[in-house]
Amino acid sequence: MAQIPEDLKYTKTHEWARIEGDIATVGITDFAQHELSDVVYVEITALGKTVKQNDPIGFIEAVKATSDIYAPLSGEVIEVNTQIHKAEGEAPAMVNRDPYGQGWLCRIKISHPEEINSLLDHTAYAELVKRSEHH
Amino acid sequence: MIKQTPFYPRHLSAGGKIIEFAGYHLPVQFKGIIPEHHHVRTKVGVFDVSHMGRIRISGNDALRFINHMTTNDASTLAVYQAQYSVMCYPDGGIVDDLVVYRLPDHYLLVVNGANNEKDTQWLLEHRNGDVRIENITDAVAQLAIQGPKAEPCLQKICSIDLAPVGFYWATEGKIAGIDCLISRTGYTGEDGFELYIPAQSALAVWDALMEAGREFEIEPIGLGARDTLRLEMKYCLYGNDIDQTTNPLEAGLGFVVKLDKPGGFIGSEVLKQVAQEKPARRLVCLEMLEKAIPRPRLPVFADDNQIGITTSGTMSPSLNKGIALAYVQRRFSSSGTELTIEIRNHRARAVVVPPPFYKSGSRKK
Repeated sequence: MAQIPEDLKYTKTHEWARIEGDIATVGITDFAQHELSDVVYVEITALGKTVKQNDPIGFIEAVKATSDIYAPLSGEVIEVNTQIHKAEGEAPAMVNRDPYGQGWLCRIKISHPEEINSLLDHTAYAELVKRSEHH
Repeated sequence: MIKQTPFYPRHLSAGGKIIEFAGYHLPVQFKGIIPEHHHVRTKVGVFDVSHMGRIRISGNDALRFINHMTTNDASTLAVYQAQYSVMCYPDGGIVDDLVVYRLPDHYLLVVNGANNEKDTQWLLEHRNGDVRIENITDAVAQLAIQGPKAEPCLQKICSIDLAPVGFYWATEGKIAGIDCLISRTGYTGEDGFELYIPAQSALAVWDALMEAGREFEIEPIGLGARDTLRLEMKYCLYGNDIDQTTNPLEAGLGFVVKLDKPGGFIGSEVLKQVAQEKPARRLVCLEMLEKAIPRPRLPVFADDNQIGITTSGTMSPSLNKGIALAYVQRRFSSSGTELTIEIRNHRARAVVVPPPFYKSGSRKK
């Protein structure tokens, strides 16, 4: 079963956001990393840019497929996880090993806090995952 | 209705991530594509390939029929020899690629799972003379044991000596006491065997194999690694690299197209023409010269002109770089030609390399 921490907010596109003050730390969910498997490259193309909620902000390359990452909230992308961003070798696989911890992707300075209400809580996201799982 | 192979319970208990493929529930991965890939390249892995179609052809005219339906020359096969081959449409497009086995009293065609019904229908439509066509897919399970340790591993539970069985040769023997067809074949570039097992005894063979293979660290391998392993060898995948719109000559499969065999075959007239004029495009191996991972169906450029399209692409775990197969106009197909692939709005540099990408496989020649 995919882990879905209770203290995070989620998107329908399988990102998570940990909101602390006006900063959102962003990553992809355990369900998403498992679907993608074998992450080999991460790039946050929107680093330093101001983005709107649901804008693409970067991409993840797995062995089998490429997947876009979308902004859970509007704001400025102020930081990336330098341990994995554009890294080679084993480092990007941290997204698989620890998607909610060391596998975080970027931080957004939130410009429209009211959007937080539009994100899914853990129970709503668990429902979404349940519907997406074939087995 | 999605089917299950006889090994399905073992895939579940091994923690396989199950997907639908060719109408079956099959594992796409267990521990991860990359570790599974390396495991097959360095040790031994076992693939459930029971989704492949198995078609038995018998009767006095079986050889003549097979030679009419396929591009390779089945008349050269000795008993227990196998050959890679292709079935074409009259226009030279590919119906399927397959392996043809000559057995003592019949032939066995092993076709792509997704094409099983289509191929069976195609064969039945062309049936002529004393030919019997039986689809035995459900009665037989199929495993591929692949990797440098495949032979010592399988030998432990096999009644006959495997050493004399050459590449693309088969034999019959007992595996864990069960009568099987055993061939030295595979889709990975490593040494290895495929087993054809009566479906009702499939689990007994699986369990014996996993037990015998423990000292060699045998592990089940999913479809994900099967794809990266085959791509590193430039083994074509039907539906990606070849299909009804491509012919075997442009796909680089000319080595199994015997244009001069007596009586010809379906598609031979058109393919003779293609051979004479030379194919307008060729399927080439492209290795990325920069950090980018190509995917199928991406445009390929020479300067500012699109001259081709990728058909398969991945991160190669063995080479640790992006690799792709692509059809490109013939004049851009020689090794060393630098091209670009449009990946995420960026023209990423790549170079044509001779096949295979991975050259250190343990496969017997």
